[in-house]
Amino acid sequence: MNKELIQLIDISKSFDGQMVLDELNLNIHENEFVTLLGPSGCGKTTTLRILGGFTNPDKGRVVFDGQDITNIPPNKRQLNTVFQKYALFTHMTIAENIAFGLKIKKKSKSYIDDKIRYALKLVNLEGYENRMPDSLSGGQQQRIAIARAIVNEPKVLLLDEPLGALDLKLRQEMQYELIRMKNELGITFVYVTHDQEEALTMSDTVVVMNQGYIQQIGSPESIYNEPENAFVADFIGDSNIIPATMIEDKLVNILGTRFACVDTGFGCNRPVDVVIRPEDVILVEPSEGMIQGVVTHLIFKGVHYEMEVQACGFEWLVQSTTLFPVGKEVGIQVDPFNIQIMNKPESEDEEAVTLDI
Amino acid sequence: MKSVLKKIYIALIILFLYAPIGTLIVLSFNASKTRAKWGGFTFRWYISLFQNEEILRALFNTLAIAFLSSFAATVIGTVACIAMMAMKRRTKSILMGITNIPMLNADIVTGISLMLLYISLGIRFGIGTILLSHITFNIPYVILSVMPRVRQLNVSTYEAALDLGASHINAFFKVMFPDLLPGILSGFLMAFTMSLDDFIITHFTKGVGVDTLSTKIYTEIKKGIKPEMYALSALIFITVLTLLVLINLSPTDKNKRRSE
Repeated sequence: MNKELIQLIDISKSFDGQMVLDELNLNIHENEFVTLLGPSGCGKTTTLRILGGFTNPDKGRVVFDGQDITNIPPNKRQLNTVFQKYALFTHMTIAENIAFGLKIKKKSKSYIDDKIRYALKLVNLEGYENRMPDSLSGGQQQRIAIARAIVNEPKVLLLDEPLGALDLKLRQEMQYELIRMKNELGITFVYVTHDQEEALTMSDTVVVMNQGYIQQIGSPESIYNEPENAFVADFIGDSNIIPATMIEDKLVNILGTRFACVDTGFGCNRPVDVVIRPEDVILVEPSEGMIQGVVTHLIFKGVHYEMEVQACGFEWLVQSTTLFPVGKEVGIQVDPFNIQIMNKPESEDEEAVTLDI
Repeated sequence: MKSVLKKIYIALIILFLYAPIGTLIVLSFNASKTRAKWGGFTFRWYISLFQNEEILRALFNTLAIAFLSSFAATVIGTVACIAMMAMKRRTKSILMGITNIPMLNADIVTGISLMLLYISLGIRFGIGTILLSHITFNIPYVILSVMPRVRQLNVSTYEAALDLGASHINAFFKVMFPDLLPGILSGFLMAFTMSLDDFIITHFTKGVGVDTLSTKIYTEIKKGIKPEMYALSALIFITVLTLLVLINLSPTDKNKRRSE
């Protein structure tokens, strides 16, 4: 892991008496793509604004490269931000927009011209120097916003849901673009989004937040495969969250049936939650399954079929490329390493929430 | 038939609205000194108008006061708008209500109350008091035309400017100001027109021996109407008309250019 670049230490912030961030601690490393992921109102944008200097924390410190920058205004920070709605200067040309930060730093004309050309090349918009922002599409405007930020050679680029206003196809394209740019520039990206797919696709590290608390920090794989609590499991992808009892290490009782698993250290006969991803549920002939059930719903999703199976009083969500028609009796099998054991939630905000996305 | 009636109706409205001013403009070119008969076309009154030093001084006063007061009001009004943008909705609407009152208030009430205020504060009447009064009644007009622009502002462009290293002042003048400019300009022109136009408030707040065009005309008329006054009134009318046309043209013109 690279050197630590930013530390957020015990950051608290409330607006009108409402707690938005509560004693948040986060370390960001050099050249890392960190994504703050969570539902709206979870404090992710506030965290980004505190990093950018637009919001002052009530408590806590922001340390950048070993230096306390908590009270340093945004114009003195070595960070640049790409705003949610691009925030281009509409009365200036694209070239003037990109040159804005460099002109303030009193760079020479030839340096600025070079930088404009370089930045437009990087965002694949060569020859757009003299266009006005209004004449560009949303995706193009967003690229210009990125170009305008990176010409200042920031150590960290902050991105506040930059792809939120774009359509799906463009969003996917821009995700690849962003990964490419990050690798080419070698700078740290801090990215805010509520889109879990975006977070998993682009990040080195995902920080899952809810109600002002960090729920889990980890690589996209570990967040997806080993969610630490029901909120994370539910927010990242689809999942079956089933109440169960841990009988002993590597053995769990799910809905009255004993399943082998790989987790240890939860104690004996303790109530836990298990997470089983829908694609990890294997449907077989009733006689071969560990538990038996009936298919109740079937939807074609393109890549796979999505089925609901009623078994042992629980509705299992199953994704499979093999079709099992509604009404068919099936058996369910789960491989031991696909059963993820979690502690029961200790507080309300760790509970799974229903989200309409 | 219907469309003919429509045209007649519109012609009548325009006739009633503009007949008095038309008469005035025609009389200002009348060579005969009496109003009763047409003595031929002449520029004489315009020439003698510009040879009258008192009137020229009044004209200078009027322009100076109009310019200074609308400039000051524009600065104060614009700053007020930006401050109000950051306020809570309730406070904002109360403040907007308060700023609107002077506009709806009868000029004579504003004039007399300003006069009483100056007397009670012991301020000497003169150019200064006229200027103060004009700034006061101009501010609401500036706010009225700048406020819609302020509402349309995208706050994140200001933050983006800060983010790119601009100081607060720099960010304001380079990013916010150009967006506000059409509103500020039309606010300035509106204030300028109101100031040129004003008689009642000026009448109550001016000192002895200080005159603007409108108060000068009033004093002159008391002595008996001279044809120079027609010429002067005609000139004021044309100036105000030009300004009004400018106000109405400037913002749309800007928008058109931008969308092209």
